[in-house]
Amino acid sequence: MTTKKTDAIVIGAGWAGSILAKELTEAGLSVTILERGEDRATAVEGDYPTSIDELRGAIRHRLFQNLSQSTVTIRNTIDQTAVPYRRLAAFLPGEGVGGAGLHWSGVHFRVAPDDLALRTNVVARYGKSFIPEGMNLQDYDVTYEELEPFFDKAEKVFGTSGEPYTIKGKVAGTGNPFAPDRSDAFPLPAMRDVYSASLFKKAAANVGYHPYSLPAANASAQYTNPYGVQMGPCNFCGYCSGYDCYMYSKASPNVNILPALRQDPKFTLITKAHVLKVDLDSDGKKATGVTYLDLRTNQQVQLQADLVIISAFQFHNVHLMLLSGIGEPYDPVKNTGTIGRNFVYQTITTSRAWLPSKQYTNLFVGAGGAGVAIDDFNSMNFDHGPLGFVGGSPVWVNQAGVKPIAAAIGGPGGKAPTWGEGYKDAMVETYRHSLTIDAHGSNMAYRDIYLDLDPTYKNAYGQPLLRMTFTWKDNDIRMNQYVVSKIEPIMKEMGATRYALGQLHANDVFDTRRYQTTHLGGGAVMGADPKTSAINRYLQSWDVSNVFVIGASAFPQGMGYNPTGMVAALAYWAAYHIRTTYLKNPGPMVQA
Amino acid sequence: MKHCTFSFTTALGAAALLVLAHMPQARADSAEDLVAKGRYVAEASDCSACHTIKGGRPFAGRMEFKLPIGSIYSSNISPDPAHGIGAYSEAEFARAVREGVRRDGASLYPAMPFPSYARMSDSDIHALYVYFMKGVQPVAQAAPANGIPWPMSMRWPMMFWRAVFAPSVASAQKDVNRTFPTPAIARGAYLVEGPGHCGACHSPRGIALQEKALSASTGTVFLSGGAPIDGFVPTSLRQDQRSGLAAWSEDDIVAFLSTGRNQKGEAFGGMTDAVYHGTQHLSPEDLRAMAQYLRSLQPNSPNAPAWHYDSAAAAALQHGDASARGAKVYVDHCAACHRTDGHGYAPAFPPLAGNPVVMSDQPDSLVHIVQSGATLPGMSKAPSAFVMPSYSQMLSAQQIADVVTFIRGAWGNNASPVDAATVTSLQKSAPPRVLEEKPVPLN
Repeated sequence: MTTKKTDAIVIGAGWAGSILAKELTEAGLSVTILERGEDRATAVEGDYPTSIDELRGAIRHRLFQNLSQSTVTIRNTIDQTAVPYRRLAAFLPGEGVGGAGLHWSGVHFRVAPDDLALRTNVVARYGKSFIPEGMNLQDYDVTYEELEPFFDKAEKVFGTSGEPYTIKGKVAGTGNPFAPDRSDAFPLPAMRDVYSASLFKKAAANVGYHPYSLPAANASAQYTNPYGVQMGPCNFCGYCSGYDCYMYSKASPNVNILPALRQDPKFTLITKAHVLKVDLDSDGKKATGVTYLDLRTNQQVQLQADLVIISAFQFHNVHLMLLSGIGEPYDPVKNTGTIGRNFVYQTITTSRAWLPSKQYTNLFVGAGGAGVAIDDFNSMNFDHGPLGFVGGSPVWVNQAGVKPIAAAIGGPGGKAPTWGEGYKDAMVETYRHSLTIDAHGSNMAYRDIYLDLDPTYKNAYGQPLLRMTFTWKDNDIRMNQYVVSKIEPIMKEMGATRYALGQLHANDVFDTRRYQTTHLGGGAVMGADPKTSAINRYLQSWDVSNVFVIGASAFPQGMGYNPTGMVAALAYWAAYHIRTTYLKNPGPMVQA
Repeated sequence: MKHCTFSFTTALGAAALLVLAHMPQARADSAEDLVAKGRYVAEASDCSACHTIKGGRPFAGRMEFKLPIGSIYSSNISPDPAHGIGAYSEAEFARAVREGVRRDGASLYPAMPFPSYARMSDSDIHALYVYFMKGVQPVAQAAPANGIPWPMSMRWPMMFWRAVFAPSVASAQKDVNRTFPTPAIARGAYLVEGPGHCGACHSPRGIALQEKALSASTGTVFLSGGAPIDGFVPTSLRQDQRSGLAAWSEDDIVAFLSTGRNQKGEAFGGMTDAVYHGTQHLSPEDLRAMAQYLRSLQPNSPNAPAWHYDSAAAAALQHGDASARGAKVYVDHCAACHRTDGHGYAPAFPPLAGNPVVMSDQPDSLVHIVQSGATLPGMSKAPSAFVMPSYSQMLSAQQIADVVTFIRGAWGNNASPVDAATVTSLQKSAPPRVLEEKPVPLN
């Protein structure tokens, strides 16, 4: 085994890892990112037009994790035997430099402030008994006001396009009236609304909702960010999710951070480096570095460091903590431990409206982050009292560009025939004249939904796979059904000739074979109490103080919004406190 | 392969002795300051563009210059005594840089721009010498033997070339000290005409491949555009309409030299090396001085009409009319970045409308960029690299001719059409396709 030394190790070259590496090199540290996959360059992955080869891209998973080396096992309930997730579908972790931040869509929200203290807010408004038995409703222990400067910074780095509502308390635009106050405008104006989104905007307003253009990390104009890196503008080609943007207009670590970071001599990026574990000292209180497998030589390497940042995909963070013995593994029976606790996802269902034949929605047009949404039924923006559930969903038209194969696999929808001339006619009608409306909602945490190490299956390196125990719960199914019912008036107002509402049904179980969202969360959540959280408000491990765990793994609940904006803000927030407090006096930043 | 400017013959100038008499003796600058100053002079002189190969040790040479008569290689100018210039005295160093005479008395090939370097001040030469001796690591690595067969391999005829075409140091210095409107323009002239050796590419050459003018003091030929280098045609840097920098503001020039990109265009070919190794390292004051000097150069073709935008091509495309020759290829392959109106999204994607590279009488640069693609590397003040894909595998010579004709004709560009035979003949001088040239930029 080879042994080397650096000031800080960052595991994973996605958004969280790239942000931390940038911030820590700015603080003067030597920083090494260890990335399991290959390096990725727009010149290669975005080489036009091979970059927009759908078969190679979204269908054959060019930029996604290679499950033949490592995967997760999945089961719905605690009494089942989990089996490996062998074929990507429900969720799509990335691999290679940029991670999921290279193949994401670009919807770039902040957070609904009420979601940060959801338990406190629900108890205050509806009483403690409103929380269903077995739901682990928790607060983040950080406020929106504390995070605001970091949301602002992330938007400026990402080149985010959006329309504000209030800036410094004054109405400054026609953005989302439920959105929290901002210290500054978006760096770029909102993306233009495609036709379907503009119809939705009008109809939603007519039925009394509050539509707004989605904040998108798809550049609406040429842009130079604070690091000096440059983006081209989006042309609505629709090849965002699953692709490396050939226009350099979808924000990614590769385009927005790494060009500047790679110029810093204190920065090192090692690819094909699969981290096996974080190494701890003899009493398990301090990390000494990591051991990784050099996938090119198949040799183990020990890299020593004073600071270890775990910033891989959500469940890889949890997996690595379990493999390394950082914190106590969660036990749902005894209700002890925190690593693997509060594993969450999101609910999403899609409804479709068909328009008269003279109205062309042209589904091939689109941008991953663009669209029009309403927040009337998200977070605490409506009265849950008579409804009896916790959580909510934004509702939107997010026409992201439907590619030919995806359209064919998706089929014409509704009650169309599944073959023959009727099928073909229906396909044409759907592709040209329909639009979809999503309810993209929250998912609460439950005592018997969690992550742990699989007792049977191992990865290619001989380590136990991570096991997911997950299914839908009544609270979230009813939430989804309620919000979807609010879509119906919009469909009618738009003049739909027919529509089909998509919703969860009572007793539905989680189906891994169908893409839903890739927005997994929790498992190593932040909070004020070390008994119910793995990391403190600065995303520092309660148990090993020189380990910080950055990512959606910190979310105590699955929120209605897409997670990347929150992940980026938390990354900048943690980095700020590492720079200003931790590095001056290493040790626990919050006393347990 | 690197750009080359070369010919045979020259006679030894007796001026060398005069220069020796002028060499400075003692200086107040500390050694550290001198090394830093010398590094700056090396950057202003773009030494590493030819003397450091990609991935190679600094100043170890080995860059290949492919000439019709065989290949020559840039020399090792690190301070290694055996393989580099470690044994050179300062006087010998000055003679090599400014007069093109090697330590052993042999003539350097004028790929080394000593006719321009003759203008460099004693103080800059001194700093440069100290830098190479004290600020550069010696590399014990011999340059490959030059591949020019006898009798062309004989260097002595170049003495005559030097005698005829290279200025004496005294006359060059006298020209440097001519009268300028402002001190900044004087400084800019020194940098552009001297260490920057911009004319090596951007000035036309005569029958013996000598630059037809070495400074702006002799009319309007200097920097009025050069012959193709690595397939690319250097544009006029004078205030020429359509073919020169008439449409570039001072800020445009400064931005271009410091980042390789601006609102009007992007560097490609050899110019990316000139910016990457050279101009991006210069101070804002020096870049501004260079810009002010360039802006002071009268056009070489004063009667050329100014470019004016014509919206007809854009209007046709935006109304679904792609019937013009090459228009459909343009919409399918180019318009996403360069837009149907030809304005592009500068500085990420350069405009084609009104771009001198596009409107040049010689379509070489445009054809090569379409065929091979182009890479703009990240610079320290603009870390983003941009890569235009190569279309030679996808478009036929006819399609490339069509689309190049469309681009040259649209938006008021009004440049002549290009036929497939021209594209086919240019395939021989095509640069490597972007993804074949390593390293590929990583963003």
